[in-house]
Amino acid sequence: MHPLTTFLADAWINFDVGSLRDQFWSNTFDGLTYGAIYALVAMGYTLVYGVLNLINFAHSEVFIVGAYAVFFVLSGLGFGPSAPALSIGALVADLLLAMVAAMLVSAAVAVILERVAYRPLRRKGVPRLVFLITAIGASFTIQYLIFIWRGPSAEPAVIMFRPEAVFTVFGADIDDQQLTIVAAALVLMLVADVFVNRTRLGRGVRAVAQDPDTATLMGVNKERVIMLTFLMGGLLAGAASLFYVMKVPSGVQYSGGFILGIKAFAAAVLGGIGNIRGALLGGLLLGVVSNYGQTLLGASQWSDVVAFVVLVVVLMFRPTGILGESLGKARV
Amino acid sequence: MALLELSDVSVHYGRIQALCGITLTVEQGEVVTLIGANGAGKTTTMRAISGIRPLSGGRIRFQGDDITRLRADLRVVRGISQAPEGRGVFPGMTVQENLEMGAYARRDKKSVPEDFDRVFALFPRLAERRSQVGGTLSGGEQQMLAIGRALMARPRLLLLDEPSMGLAPQFIQQIFRIVTEINEQGTTVLLVEQNARQALTRAHRAYVLETGRIVKSGTGAELLADTSIKEAYLGVA
Repeated sequence: MHPLTTFLADAWINFDVGSLRDQFWSNTFDGLTYGAIYALVAMGYTLVYGVLNLINFAHSEVFIVGAYAVFFVLSGLGFGPSAPALSIGALVADLLLAMVAAMLVSAAVAVILERVAYRPLRRKGVPRLVFLITAIGASFTIQYLIFIWRGPSAEPAVIMFRPEAVFTVFGADIDDQQLTIVAAALVLMLVADVFVNRTRLGRGVRAVAQDPDTATLMGVNKERVIMLTFLMGGLLAGAASLFYVMKVPSGVQYSGGFILGIKAFAAAVLGGIGNIRGALLGGLLLGVVSNYGQTLLGASQWSDVVAFVVLVVVLMFRPTGILGESLGKARV
Repeated sequence: MALLELSDVSVHYGRIQALCGITLTVEQGEVVTLIGANGAGKTTTMRAISGIRPLSGGRIRFQGDDITRLRADLRVVRGISQAPEGRGVFPGMTVQENLEMGAYARRDKKSVPEDFDRVFALFPRLAERRSQVGGTLSGGEQQMLAIGRALMARPRLLLLDEPSMGLAPQFIQQIFRIVTEINEQGTTVLLVEQNARQALTRAHRAYVLETGRIVKSGTGAELLADTSIKEAYLGVA
């Protein structure tokens, strides 16, 4: 073996190809589950970018406030550190309630954020950089407001149900939790896609994304479209926050949205920012690749490293992301 | 009462004044044209009328109502629709979807199919390209689409900004013929053009814009015969 390789292997990196081979399918299925969550959050980045060319960095906080809503609703309903003994009907009802609450809270925060932080700047016609720094400032503001309110530590875990294998594919189990998350996320993304591509209001959103002035000349109320995109992004992020707490029960923390938000943003860019289907594809891909990287390199810290290396490599060859172009401009 | 009335309208871009107190009227049923060189303020006038550009002074009235401060999207509901300069075809939407965008603000959804028929009768080419994406149309087709789309709003006043720009001669002829046809069907037209001869031939009345000011006005025929207009805009020495 080359001495450098030996050095790297001894000191630092150890390529565990065997593990990756053994765990390939379970990594894939779990990666798709995380990817579905990234994809839902990525939608918020992509919709707002498509219409405003603004990267709403505070979207990660729109997401995490949803997770707090999930935590409070479920705690209030008696959920705690061990899975409750509930009938399936009651469980589904409780989870739906938590999801709706999270969607409403996240959407409200997103819309308020737009009103308070971005709209006044738009009226003044400030340069784009000002929006960006405002977005970052808004992100920190919300994070530390939560910190002041709830303190630095994570909320106690709320376990919704204990995942059980439903069936086995290629020797790897697929559990009911994974199925729930992926199926629900796909349905929500499909609804969003149909809304944007098939309804009158959705056509208004695409028109503003493609040419804001001409859209106005068609009688589209641009301000309302902008609010609508923040609302949609918030609703989807709120739904994502339920699945996130399902998967990471102890992840409800003031800073909990940060990494997930960055990854969702990366997913949006990977798929092609401004492109709804790109958000889905980028999210799933990023989820799976992170998992492979983690297994191959032997520590969970590698997951983000690998994810971003893949992002950089893809962007080198396709600077507009895999599906490219923005919201409406994408030729579906 | 004039259909459209601009009185003493001024528009600034930052500290640069693009329009310096323009006064003009468009009567019901007319074709009125606004001619002038590049940068004279023609497009700015159109953007002020449709509300994309705020005024720094003056008033705009439409059907007697003051619309100076009315939001641009609501002016479409009132009956002002525009085929903008550079056409503004939505590149990712099909011809059909672009036309539907034209009817976006319509309250009477039931009569939208009639307007599709009307637009396809004016522009049979658009019917053929119905499911083609806007960005892949030729320049002439895009211009037809922009005009057809503006008609889908069933406007009382149609604003056409440089419809002949960048088109081949046979398309230019066709576009101007259609402008007359649209007007004969009862739509009032305000036409901005660099192609002064065609515009003046088609228009009932015309205004000449120079560096943000109206320097001359009259019937199309009068201006066609005017020596200084001939020299400046018609290329006749």
